[in-house]
Amino acid sequence: MSNKILEMQNITKIFPGVRALDDVCLQVNNGEVHAICGENGAGKSTLIKILSGVYPEGTYEGRILINDEEHVFSGTSAAEKVGIVCIHQELELIPDLTVAENIFLGKYPHKFGVVDWNEIYSQTRELLKEVGLHRESQDEEGRQVKPTDIIKHLGIGQRQLVEIAKALARDAKILILDEPTAALTETEVETLLGILEELRSRGITSIYISHKLDEVMHIADRVTILRDGKSIGSDDIKNITKNDIIRMMVGRELTNLFPYEDHKQQDKVLEIKNYSVQDPDIPGRFLIKDVNIHANKGEILGISGLMGAGRTELFTSLFGAFPANSVGDIFINGEKVSIKSPVDALSHGFALVTEDRKRYGLILGMDIKENTTMASLEDISKLSVIDMNQEIALTQELIEKLKTKTWGVEEKAKNLSGGNQQKVVLQKALLTKPKILVLDEPTRGIDVGAKLEIYKIMNQLVEEGVVIIMISSELEEILGMSNRIYVMAEGRITGEFTAKEANQENIMQAAVGGMV
Amino acid sequence: MNSFKKYLKTIELRNFVMIGALLLIWVVFSTLTGGSFLLTRNISNLVRHMALVGILGIGMTMVIITGNIDLSVGSILGAMGGLAAVLHVWYGVGTYQTIGIVLLVSMIIGTAQGAIISYLKVPAFIVTLGGLLIFRGVQLGLTKGISIAPFADTYKIYGQAYIAPSIVWVLAIATSIVLFLLDAKKRSDRIKYKFEVSNFGIFIGKNVVLTLIILFVAFILNSYRGLPMQVFLMMLLVVIFTFVTQKTTFGRSIYAMGGNFEASLYSGIKVKRNLVIVYAINGLMAGIAAVVITARLNAGTPTAGMNMELDAIASSVIGGTSMSGGVGKVYGAILGALFMASIDNGMSMMNIDAYWQYIVKGVILVVAVWFDIYSSKKA
Ligand SMILES: Nc1ncnc2c1ncn2[C@@H]1O[C@H](COP(=O)(O)OP(=O)(O)OP(=O)(O)O)[C@@H](O)[C@H]1O
Ligand SMILES: [Mg+2]
Repeated sequence: MSNKILEMQNITKIFPGVRALDDVCLQVNNGEVHAICGENGAGKSTLIKILSGVYPEGTYEGRILINDEEHVFSGTSAAEKVGIVCIHQELELIPDLTVAENIFLGKYPHKFGVVDWNEIYSQTRELLKEVGLHRESQDEEGRQVKPTDIIKHLGIGQRQLVEIAKALARDAKILILDEPTAALTETEVETLLGILEELRSRGITSIYISHKLDEVMHIADRVTILRDGKSIGSDDIKNITKNDIIRMMVGRELTNLFPYEDHKQQDKVLEIKNYSVQDPDIPGRFLIKDVNIHANKGEILGISGLMGAGRTELFTSLFGAFPANSVGDIFINGEKVSIKSPVDALSHGFALVTEDRKRYGLILGMDIKENTTMASLEDISKLSVIDMNQEIALTQELIEKLKTKTWGVEEKAKNLSGGNQQKVVLQKALLTKPKILVLDEPTRGIDVGAKLEIYKIMNQLVEEGVVIIMISSELEEILGMSNRIYVMAEGRITGEFTAKEANQENIMQAAVGGMV
Repeated sequence: MNSFKKYLKTIELRNFVMIGALLLIWVVFSTLTGGSFLLTRNISNLVRHMALVGILGIGMTMVIITGNIDLSVGSILGAMGGLAAVLHVWYGVGTYQTIGIVLLVSMIIGTAQGAIISYLKVPAFIVTLGGLLIFRGVQLGLTKGISIAPFADTYKIYGQAYIAPSIVWVLAIATSIVLFLLDAKKRSDRIKYKFEVSNFGIFIGKNVVLTLIILFVAFILNSYRGLPMQVFLMMLLVVIFTFVTQKTTFGRSIYAMGGNFEASLYSGIKVKRNLVIVYAINGLMAGIAAVVITARLNAGTPTAGMNMELDAIASSVIGGTSMSGGVGKVYGAILGALFMASIDNGMSMMNIDAYWQYIVKGVILVVAVWFDIYSSKKA
């Protein structure tokens, strides 16, 4: 008897203008965690969309064998029937429904046709516990997720975990996770990897796509590498190193993953004094409490902390886009400014790249050039008439600078791979020629090679005099790139470190510090 | 031949289907009416009939692109018609003063509704549903329930006059030349940026066909008196607002707002202000339509504009504007209006009972939207 549970043979998938997959083969053994690695746009998501029935039979070439038996899927439900459950890169929860409703969507347990809500809520609670979103202890006011919470009130990391709970509820034989940890903090990642190990011990096969190679090395049994739509190779993790994977992904050696530079720090550009932000949901409660920070010209300022620490809320509020009142003073270049909306912020040279690109960053139905110039329309127009030629030229320049992979400036944002969408959001921010650029999880979902490009661009911008504020949940990135670091917990600043002082321990300590 | 096929693929499938369907119903009506549908007098009639809905459709399309709706334009049109009649007929206000006041007031009404939607965050559906009732009331109150007539000749021009054939020829030729030059510039720009362009033969062929169509339309209209004034107004507005929506920062912004409101806000687009402007423009369109309709009827009536908001919405949607926002073209509304006017006209020429017109138009509306959903799924 063969050990293979799944085999995809000679898969070719063509989109208008791109050959996303070219004769790709994938073999997965029963009960293993199988990683797929590759650059942005390599075709990873496309491959698993074929496997999970999103692209139904007839839209691609090739064969899918499960336990040596050929299967064709007319849609996702057909794939689910044979036990293939997929958590896609772009989250698919319904924002207006509750956690429980989303988890059991379409499969509500019922008694005589009446939905059994008690059953749903108790099962949901169990699942939330499994993914670490629900804790028994009630002594802390930390943001617990309840089965009755509405999805749109959750953070992106919490949503990701709910998505995983939903997959767990569906009895998968083959569980596919497309960049599940991109939006998670370290502790959540640990929870997730724990879940995967647990599933493996129960004999469930997982396919795991990630740009975080340390995770891959840690959890995977085998790995398959894609480059430009072709399979480059597969191997047991035992026989391979992280550098081997990188070399196969990008086709060359990458040595220094964090090109840290000791920039010369100059005067204060941004200063925040006694800044507090109210909770939009609970009147009288503050989400951000009495923050005093500053950022200097010529530095990359890292903002670290656990999920829910209030980092995103703080900077969204400073940017004038957070739907709640704030008190406190903002100074830019020593001058007190009032920022009531993103229009004000941008006019002060203060730009923000949000963590949720689909919701706040992109207009999916528009093309790359339109998305890129969205925040700089005034600059590329005369008497309000857009200079379309300039628009194209500027966009092409940025595409080259960021190495965005696309067939042209007229490609729709929704057709780009996840990582390339992120680059388009960056293009938009760069085009505003910001003086202060806040990057909220800037490398989420971005491959190692492109990450390096982005770090280099950050360095280059700092040299040009831009202040970079980088919010990141990846400790490695914070430690590897920041010249100075603030740590937040529970809406407060709980630590400040220079690059020399900072290490994993003291940052983690500060990050949990506020929670005692 | 091969490159011609490739060219055909780049034309949006939808426009193809739309024009095909139009030709089809024209052929059907011509046969069924023994050719009288195609008489130049009838065609002139038909385009005059579509102009009102076309003008309203222009504004409505912009509103729908932002992801909103305006149910009040029919009533605003009615109320403004009443206002024009009261001022002009009863109080003897001059033609231009009357028109000026009507346009100003209609724009203020649109601005007010837009401000309530934008700043007070009352849903557009509710605000404009309220507007529908309020301005219907205003219309009845102003006209005291009777038709008010007559208007001066200088006023009637806007609904009854024709632009003389000689001028129409000049306009047609000028339009053809301008369109050709614009297309040539676009082509050379695309070549400069190394974009794919259709080959030279197709480029010339396309422009020749377009010119022939324009000249042919001019010929048909000229065989019966010339270009009706209200049709000219409609065309002028289409040109202006096609430019505004396709080329200006404001136009780009309203597509963005409909495509993703939050992302637009985060991009520093003045979303609230823009929404108010869109409603102001829509109010203005209702005002212009009010002038046209009173001039055409030579009266302000208590029923003018009834249900016209629905025709405007239908023509936008049939013309390819998506109710979920972010998608649509101003000229689409004109095609939609032409489509509906053709059906009205053809069916009444065949002496089919009026109720059938409603039923047929309703079916077409649903089919058009189904087709959009179907074709976007396939792509
Ligand atoms: N619907 C689509 N239409 C056209 N092209 C598409 C479409 N979906 C994906 N592509 C293209 O196919 C290629 C592969 O995309 P895919 O999403 O599979 O990449 P990926 O490996 O998952 O990348 P990432 O790491 O950025 O998520 C890309 O070049 C992308 O632009
Ligand atoms: Mg992907």
